[in-house]
Amino acid sequence: MGASGGPRLSGMQKEVLSLYRGFLRVARSKSAEDRRKIESVVSAEFRQNSKKVDRKSFLYIEYLLRRGKKQLDQLKSPDTVRLSSLNIGASETKNPNP
Amino acid sequence: MATGLFRRAVSRISTARFMLARAHASEAQAQQVEPKARSSPTLKTFSIYRWNPDSPSKPELQEYKIDLKECGPMVLDALIKIKNEFDPTLTFRRSCREGICGSCAMNIDGCNGLACLTKIPSAGSNTTITPLPHMFVIKDLVVDMTNFYNQYKSIEPWLKRKTPASVPGKEILQSKKDRAKLDGMYECILCACCSTSCPSYWWNPESYLGPAALLHANRWISDSRDEFTKERLDAINDEFKLYRCHTILNCARACPKGLNPGKQITHIKQLQLSSGN
Repeated sequence: MGASGGPRLSGMQKEVLSLYRGFLRVARSKSAEDRRKIESVVSAEFRQNSKKVDRKSFLYIEYLLRRGKKQLDQLKSPDTVRLSSLNIGASETKNPNP
Repeated sequence: MATGLFRRAVSRISTARFMLARAHASEAQAQQVEPKARSSPTLKTFSIYRWNPDSPSKPELQEYKIDLKECGPMVLDALIKIKNEFDPTLTFRRSCREGICGSCAMNIDGCNGLACLTKIPSAGSNTTITPLPHMFVIKDLVVDMTNFYNQYKSIEPWLKRKTPASVPGKEILQSKKDRAKLDGMYECILCACCSTSCPSYWWNPESYLGPAALLHANRWISDSRDEFTKERLDAINDEFKLYRCHTILNCARACPKGLNPGKQITHIKQLQLSSGN
């Protein structure tokens, strides 16, 4: 996994990856069941956006990064016990997009 | 003599009648004018910044034509009218509509201000409304204020005491003169108009506290009841936090409450000098 072996990442790609890592790290501080839940929700979100979002729409990716950082800060608080997500948006947001 | 009086009376009556007739005439005229004015609307174009994160594309200015005769006098009235009647997707923050909550801060024709306190400019046929400059946009006119609020939090905007109050459980009293020192600061509603109009804040939004936070820092430094004055002064005695203020004074020009944050920052700087730091 060294920097020499893998593809060279842009600053923004590194930021996305470190955000993802941050979520996985925080998940460890929660209970085992919640940890699995958090990991599945977060990885689904990242994977979905990696396919859906155009890699050149920097404005949007920056927005998502800021939103993700805010959510991560909320999750970091020990008062936050678990993470849940609503899945109705996925089909709805896909439709208007060509 | 008698005839003279009689004549006078007659002439008076006739003038009174004449006046009455005139009053009627002007009323009738007004009645005629009003429907005419309603039929010819005063149209004004509002170009409003639009960006929606759910359908990501480049931000754009969308134009709305509003009849000013059927709209309230303030920019916020126009925005609410657009949201109610033309485009419910238009997003903006608003609450009190009388300049006390600070929610509707935005950039109107290039000047920061509260939409509820800014009259719709009568000059020109076009008004451009954009979010506060140099802030991250969440949607349309809504900006991310996290950094701004964190900076406010960083100056610890609450009363801090080393000694307990003389009468436990009671308020700490203050003389009228000491209270008067807080005038021009306590009125701040944290709308962020000043900070986002400051070029120095644009270039260093993370490290420079900005006029709003510094004004509040001075509010607590000047408070006679606060006993952490020196610690407060030391906490902001920083090349970036405080001294990025170059007295550009855009803040005083932008403040919708008519305050002068630049003056308060100068007061902090003077205290820093006199305390020998």
